[in-house]
Amino acid sequence: MPKNIYLDYAATTPVDERVVAAMEPYWTKEFGNPSSLYKLGQRAKHAIDNSRQTVADFFNCQPEEILFTAGGTASINLALKGLLGSYKEPMHIIISAIEHHAVLHTAEKLKKLGHEISVLPIDKDGLVNIKDLEAAIQDNTVLVSIMTANNEIGVVQDIQKLGNLIEKINKSRKNKIYFHTDACQAAGALDLNIQKLHVDLMTINGSKIYGPKGVGVLYIKKSTPLTALIDGGGQEKNLYSGTENVPSIVGLATALKLAYQDKEKNNKQLTKLRDWLIAEILNKIPKTRLNGHATKRLPNNVNISILDVEGEAMLLYLDEVGIQASTGSACTSTTLDPSHVIRALGCPYEVAHGSMRFSLGKDTTKQDLEYLMSQLPKIVAKLRKASPVNINMADIDKSVKLAARKIIKL
Amino acid sequence: MSKQNIAADIDIVPKGGDEDWAYTDEVKKHFFQPKNLIADAKSVKDYDGLGMVGSPACGDMMKVWIKVDKKEDKIKDMKWQTFGCGSAIAATSMLSVMVSEKGGILIDEALKIKAKDITERLHGLPIRKIHCSVLGDKALRSAINNYFIKSKQKDRFIKEQTRMIDKIAKVTDHDIEEAVLEGAHTLEAVQKKTKVGVGNPEVIPEVEQLIRFYQEKYFG
Repeated sequence: MPKNIYLDYAATTPVDERVVAAMEPYWTKEFGNPSSLYKLGQRAKHAIDNSRQTVADFFNCQPEEILFTAGGTASINLALKGLLGSYKEPMHIIISAIEHHAVLHTAEKLKKLGHEISVLPIDKDGLVNIKDLEAAIQDNTVLVSIMTANNEIGVVQDIQKLGNLIEKINKSRKNKIYFHTDACQAAGALDLNIQKLHVDLMTINGSKIYGPKGVGVLYIKKSTPLTALIDGGGQEKNLYSGTENVPSIVGLATALKLAYQDKEKNNKQLTKLRDWLIAEILNKIPKTRLNGHATKRLPNNVNISILDVEGEAMLLYLDEVGIQASTGSACTSTTLDPSHVIRALGCPYEVAHGSMRFSLGKDTTKQDLEYLMSQLPKIVAKLRKASPVNINMADIDKSVKLAARKIIKL
Repeated sequence: MSKQNIAADIDIVPKGGDEDWAYTDEVKKHFFQPKNLIADAKSVKDYDGLGMVGSPACGDMMKVWIKVDKKEDKIKDMKWQTFGCGSAIAATSMLSVMVSEKGGILIDEALKIKAKDITERLHGLPIRKIHCSVLGDKALRSAINNYFIKSKQKDRFIKEQTRMIDKIAKVTDHDIEEAVLEGAHTLEAVQKKTKVGVGNPEVIPEVEQLIRFYQEKYFG
């Protein structure tokens, strides 16, 4: 029975048919350059304006505060480098230990340019402690960047609480602290009401919400000082020059609209499936461990470490039987480092090497997961027979308990 | 001119993780149907050498058992177990075939087997997976050393010769070898991994030579 069960929605999603339909006119019919004076160009401009309004409505902000970019990474680079570029002296940035590489590597680049970077630890469930944030703030802190929901373990931070703290602290400070959140993974499932979140900058992208790849949004609160990274024709308020990707912008706005429309229904269904799969794996396969908080996590994220076996080997077997997933093992990363997220939880390397992420989608069915469970235990048993490793689970618990959770200066 | 030549002339070879990820059919064969794999470590009773290298912490661990014909000084059989990825499993399986085929291999010949030889028999591995395959011959050497000790041939025991390159950072040539295998191809990258020559710039010419040497050794 040839099967193709995609369980890697956190990596990317297929574009929804309705989004494809909405984008269609803009390839060959309404292909105008939005900067052109004639009607063909103006129609394209209206399409962008409408999309901007749609996005602003869902974030509960002004359309002038919405910028379209080439994706999540582009938005993050603009937010971080663009903000720091507005200062003449070296300043201080705070990030969490589990940010996406777009934030981490941008922060590392900023450090090379002379700025200070503090990295907040997470607890054993993946959550940032508000006390650590407070302790890390210095006189020269100008930016805090903490992701709303993590791409690997799905853990959801209490952005509202953190935003409230920063707002309170800002009342009695010379250097205002700006708060950025990477909400790429969260956009499909969570309520991203800017007025509630108290953020100054927010990133989302199209490819995680059944929209097109190569397009993203950066929310920029009025009067947040950003310097453009890309110079050119002055589009997007001179902060992101370049002829606008009209079809993809329309696609992104449509995808966001659909996500919000179907959110409650999808979340309910996904949470049920997620919890079923987590319980199945933990109960049916011995020596397994859930990574990240059990409930403060995205409705579609399952990340479990299967000990004594290596992630890539499991992935290859799963691919052979038609299942696509991902792993936090070193062997599959471009940097040959194991998942920094699993390590930040306090888990030893073995737990990262055996970690498997199954991320569900709105079309994932119970039968899909039952098929996964008909294959996974066999695969694990076969690989375990071939493995000379026999990790003691108690040692892992001990390692997690004793892990040093300190604020680190990069 | 063939397509390959044109590309070489234009030098548009992409850097960093863009080359084909796919495993060859030979690698897949050895991964899904590994040869000489032991399902139950306790079942190996009659062996002459046992070697183990790596650790779960580094993502790769290998245990190797060998059977030796003492009179002929030949390895007749090799069995193994591995915790590791597709490359690690396929490489160890291929190595076990290489030492046991055609009636076995002389120990001195076995000691000459290099990671590159295994990769060639597998018809190639993606560049960034090569480091996963080098544990195999280290494990075999470890098993052979164990045989030497057990059979009272201590004089043949192979000491891993390491040379201290940077006395201050305590970095050996092995550390640099590891770094190159893990993908560090420039001085900066190697320094990031090992801190060699940081604060000790006199050693840098030697480090650069070693980086070139190991690159050629493993990546050709």
